[in-house]
Amino acid sequence: MKLTLRVWRQQNADAEGAMSTYEVDNISSDMSFLEMLDTLNEELIVKGDDPVAFDHDCREGICGACSLVINGDAHGPERTTTCQLHMRSFKDGDTIDVEPWRAAAFPVVKDLVVDRSSFDRIIQSGGYISAPTGAAPEAHAAPVPKPDADYAFEHAECIGCGACVAACPNGSAMLFTSAKVNHLGVLPQGAPERETRVLDMVAQMDEEGFGGCTLTGECATACPKGIPLPSISAMNKEWLRATRKVSR
Amino acid sequence: MNSSREYADYTTGEPVVDTKAPAGPVAERWDTRRFEAKLVNPANRRKHTVIVVGTGLAGGSAGATLAEQGYHVVQFCYQDSPRRAHSIAAQGGINAAKNYRNDGDSVHRLFYDTVKGGDFRARESNVHRLAQISVEIIDQCVAQGVPFAREYGGLLDTRSFGGVQVSRTFYARGQTGQQLLLGAYQALSRQIAAGNVEMHPRTEMLDVIVVDGRARGIVARDLITGKIETYFADAVVLASGGYGNVFYLSTNAMNSNATAIWRAHRRGAYFANPCFTQIHPTCIPRTGDHQSKLTLMSESLRNDGRIWVPKAKGDDRPANKIPEDERDYYLERIYPSFGNLVPRDIASRAAKNVCDEGRGVGPGGQGVYLDFADAIKRMGKKAVEAKYGNLFDMYARITDEDPYKTPMRIYPAVHYTMGGLWVDYDLQTTVPGLFAIGEANFSDHGANRLGASALMQGLADGYFVLPSTINDYLARNPHHDEISDEHPVVREVLDETADRISRLLAVDGDRTPDSFHRELGELMWEFCGMARTETGLRKALERIPQIREEFWRRIKVPGTGEEFNQSLEKANRIVDYLELAELMCLDALHRAESCGGHFREESQTPDGEAARRDEEFGYAAAWEFTATGEAPALHKEDLVFEYVHPTQRSYA
Amino acid sequence: MTRTIWDSSVGKKTVMAVSGLIMLLYLIAHMIGNLKIFFGPAELNHYAHWLRTVGEPFMHYEWTLWLIRVVLVVAVVAHAVSAYQLSRRDIRARPAKYVNKKAGKSFATRTMRWGGIILGLFIVWHILDLTTGTVHPGGYEHLHPYQNIIDTFSTWYGNVIYIVAVVALGFHVRHGLWSAAQTLGAGKATRDRALKIIANGVAFLLTAGFVVVPVAVMTGVVS
Repeated sequence: MKLTLRVWRQQNADAEGAMSTYEVDNISSDMSFLEMLDTLNEELIVKGDDPVAFDHDCREGICGACSLVINGDAHGPERTTTCQLHMRSFKDGDTIDVEPWRAAAFPVVKDLVVDRSSFDRIIQSGGYISAPTGAAPEAHAAPVPKPDADYAFEHAECIGCGACVAACPNGSAMLFTSAKVNHLGVLPQGAPERETRVLDMVAQMDEEGFGGCTLTGECATACPKGIPLPSISAMNKEWLRATRKVSR
Repeated sequence: MNSSREYADYTTGEPVVDTKAPAGPVAERWDTRRFEAKLVNPANRRKHTVIVVGTGLAGGSAGATLAEQGYHVVQFCYQDSPRRAHSIAAQGGINAAKNYRNDGDSVHRLFYDTVKGGDFRARESNVHRLAQISVEIIDQCVAQGVPFAREYGGLLDTRSFGGVQVSRTFYARGQTGQQLLLGAYQALSRQIAAGNVEMHPRTEMLDVIVVDGRARGIVARDLITGKIETYFADAVVLASGGYGNVFYLSTNAMNSNATAIWRAHRRGAYFANPCFTQIHPTCIPRTGDHQSKLTLMSESLRNDGRIWVPKAKGDDRPANKIPEDERDYYLERIYPSFGNLVPRDIASRAAKNVCDEGRGVGPGGQGVYLDFADAIKRMGKKAVEAKYGNLFDMYARITDEDPYKTPMRIYPAVHYTMGGLWVDYDLQTTVPGLFAIGEANFSDHGANRLGASALMQGLADGYFVLPSTINDYLARNPHHDEISDEHPVVREVLDETADRISRLLAVDGDRTPDSFHRELGELMWEFCGMARTETGLRKALERIPQIREEFWRRIKVPGTGEEFNQSLEKANRIVDYLELAELMCLDALHRAESCGGHFREESQTPDGEAARRDEEFGYAAAWEFTATGEAPALHKEDLVFEYVHPTQRSYA
Repeated sequence: MTRTIWDSSVGKKTVMAVSGLIMLLYLIAHMIGNLKIFFGPAELNHYAHWLRTVGEPFMHYEWTLWLIRVVLVVAVVAHAVSAYQLSRRDIRARPAKYVNKKAGKSFATRTMRWGGIILGLFIVWHILDLTTGTVHPGGYEHLHPYQNIIDTFSTWYGNVIYIVAVVALGFHVRHGLWSAAQTLGAGKATRDRALKIIANGVAFLLTAGFVVVPVAVMTGVVS
């Protein structure tokens, strides 16, 4: 395959960025999208140009590092991570636009690399169960009904890639935050911190400059792990419940 | 026989002895050690700084636990977030001797299985401790909210893994590593928020600072600004993972690297059993030269999938056109009692053998079938989907084939490294104050790791072992002189680091970092992969210094050191691979026996199984660094087996 | 608690949902009232009079009506202010746009903001036209809504403004009602279809119920 790539290039956080056009040839349909970019970078290095910077690591769809907006879609046309997107989803002669995640809370570091530490701070604000090592009761002391365990798992699957924020017209982190709130909130182990967790995490999310939710559903469509849109409603419910129960 | 003496590429030094492991009954040793270890007064812990490099299962859990105890932790990861460490990609599960199934499991059985599975090249004391702690890990993770799979009664579900006949593997669908890591990450996040952990993401350790024989800090590069900075501490813990990426193609993450452990090795930490690498039998075969990494298909698939190849050579009919009686379910045939669940080294080698016979399937004949037709018939598609759905989806996405309809094609790939920095029972390296935990050390898996044991070991080290044993070191070394960048040793390390970076940038040659990495990887896979020979290893040992020389002549690293520069990061890691690869081959050459994942063609039983030579090689090989390209020194640690007596492993 | 709610993006959305639902309830009652036009001037005008005496003797003349008006004004202001503040936050959260833009969201979602502004302007005109009579096209007569309505819908612009606004209302309610359910925590995967059907149904009935009046005047069914 021969392709034309239009890629966002930006030297660093403070520099102005712009789209640059590149041609790549001999692309196999078995390549992953990132392997296609590897090919481009190998050529750029040999030519003495600066290769395109992009985040990637496990290339198995689980670490959440890769983060490209391809032709206007977070992670591209398939419902998966960028690393698991294969070139068979494109046609010979296609022009492909590649851009970084766009959100005020995800400033660009370089080219296609963004800073997602705001997500870490949301987790730090309450996305955990306080269970110091050594203090744990026997694992079977508190059985968890299977439906609850499955519900927790579905939400715990979030890989923190930020596609939800990138896809949302408001740059909202509601789906990300709700995934963790619902994962921990449904478990008996998470009950003691259930109210403070949701209040603190939502407050931190606002603090980081993410937008609000207007329920466009773009986040859930882009989510490579299929965190469902009603997850947000469930968090709203948790939040309202918490405001009633906790006086602040 | 004195065969190891014939190789003049190394010298033999004094034996190395683990002075920390207590004597006495194996089941009491961990208690004894914990009691004998000195403690640090809780009020004094705040005054101690501990550096932790890496945020995977071992590093994440260690950082969180040390901080909970009151230590000041300074932690590093090269990823943009501690949540992305490669432990996240572990799929299958975590072992624990809970015996919830009442199927005859016990701490002693897990201990026995692990020593045997490791082909008698691991320490009994360490492995027993691991088995004891396994039970606490599950409790700890459940308390953190890890959503393990459960049965309808609300209790935890388990499944079977290779090399064992009990069901002791706890799992969270095909994402157990992810869930355990997020548990550790959340515990760590709590400590970051509390101000007990100072977290440095996108910061890569480039060297360790050893002053007066003690580890006192590290040199690290801020990957965004390129700034090289020093961090000082009372102890340094390396939790930087394994070195499988020496092979270029592996199931490791793209940026997983050996720099931290190799730099520590250069500063005096012995490197043990570097040739013990695990080739995982069930990975998706490569499709072409563009391949950047290999993807694992969880071992758990071998619970229900059946592995086969055509009986006839060169049979290129599609799988479903090959009738049942023309298929060779070779694992079930050769190993009737363990069948498809033999340990990884055995399954990998068997796959290689049938492919070498010309019976491999798929492009290039480099693959075998993993077939779920029977499982789908027995359990129904729905049940198979519930158990393995995400793995099937991943396979379909990568290969564009539907594994519900046609069998998966799999082939072995480099997955894990059992070797690593030599550590004593306290997980301390030969450099006082420098500890290594998780895959970065060599301690528990011997020559072959059993499935679902890596997660167990990482968390055992991080949550329970290190936080107990490091107290002893800190209590015995309470007061350190203040050091700063002005200290001559620190100056020297800083200068060396800066010099290496500027040399990489100055070559301005014509070859990319990846081209060298790929060349090294192909060489290692051919000569230091699934089957090794003296001739092959000698060839590799001759070739590696040549590649290294060419590297320093032709490497091209664009950009500068004062910016976000991924090519520079890569090139800098390859420098270390080019040295480590040589030690791996040397270790493989000197160990003229077969054991576990290390298969020397010269040493096999008549039916092609690995033949150990316990008399000559019943030791762990701990290597001491001398200089690049110079002969290293071998220090042997004799392995004593009091409880599990070495026998030829039999899974037939 | 009030602070927690008002300071939070989730809280402000709750304010929008609750105020929106209050307005929606009012609109349903309003629409039912409007339909009395089909039963002749006496019935409609009587109904207008009743609105002022409802609650007597406990309430004085027009007290109940004013109470409703106050609640409505509070709802409108709360709805508008939170909408404004949330929109500002949303726009700030996404300062750089994508070069490659995709149109994904449904028409209703995209038009929530514009729809809201149209409705706000319409309310002003509607009050000036039929409550105060300030911009009424004919001779406005207090407590004679039947004739007033016919006057308004006898002008082309009266019809245009009204129908455009009511259609905007339909879209606004269609997304807004479903959205309010989500915000108040009633959203569930198993319930999503039902919620969408309810939201669409209410939006349709409301639009139809309002539009039928000008159409009836235009076609001479009501005169």
